[in-house]
Amino acid sequence: MSTIQSIAGENEQHPDVALVERVRGGDVSAYDTLVRKYERQVFRIAQHITQNREDAEDVVQDAFLKAYEKLDQFQGNSKFYTWLVRIAVNESLMRLRKRRTGRMVSIDEDVETEEGSVPRDLADWAPDPEQNYTQSELAEILRKTIQGLPQGFRVVFALRDVEGLSTEETAETLGLSVPAVKSRLLRARLQLRERLSRYFKRKTAPAGNGPAIAPQTES
Amino acid sequence: MTCTEFIALLDDLIDDSVTDNMRADLQAHLKGCEHCEVTLNTTRKTIQIYRSHEIYDLPIDLRERLHAAIMARCKRGC
Repeated sequence: MSTIQSIAGENEQHPDVALVERVRGGDVSAYDTLVRKYERQVFRIAQHITQNREDAEDVVQDAFLKAYEKLDQFQGNSKFYTWLVRIAVNESLMRLRKRRTGRMVSIDEDVETEEGSVPRDLADWAPDPEQNYTQSELAEILRKTIQGLPQGFRVVFALRDVEGLSTEETAETLGLSVPAVKSRLLRARLQLRERLSRYFKRKTAPAGNGPAIAPQTES
Repeated sequence: MTCTEFIALLDDLIDDSVTDNMRADLQAHLKGCEHCEVTLNTTRKTIQIYRSHEIYDLPIDLRERLHAAIMARCKRGC
């Protein structure tokens, strides 16, 4: 799922740089290529932050338009993708703020919780536990689970683990320190693990209060 | 090494950013601690599941509509 391409050598130019140069020179079709390349990622990030499909659609449009308008401000020393993600994160937070009628929304929200920082559910998971669910059931479980994370953890996990940004890129994109990103990432991973355990752990006894979405039974 | 110390280094182990000495210490702890082994394996699995499943899919018709709207406005100069 990661689209970040590793840079093989310091002198090797990322292909996006040439596309950006063409856009700056007036070639709109080069921007079409950049939009196609990254629109799914921007949509995912916007969904992770806003948790609202309509807002995410608006963010995709606004982020690409803003990036187009501000392309002259793009410095070649960062990747176009991480620069675009920063715009998308800011647009997403603005959308949330509008929806919450002006209340300040930041990526620092709710990160003081200690929940999940110490593993409590220590039961092992079934082998290939996701195969106990249909694709749509699994997607619903994964959505519900990540939506329950505090905003400040969710966005770090989404950028770092889902979108494949490095720790440093995630820090730069969110305006956080590297230690803050590392701390949030650990707690995000542990909280998600804890919450997914409910669905994925090896069954040891007949189900009592089982998960909301029951595993498929073999017929 | 205690379990708390192990958990504090869990991400470094998962992200393969530990020194050889540290890795040896972590593996020595794992040999005697089933709970930390489960935590490590299930945390790895958590990341892998989120990486490999699309939970916010952008359907092709919506993608084309958004794409067309963006490009139309760019061509107009936004």
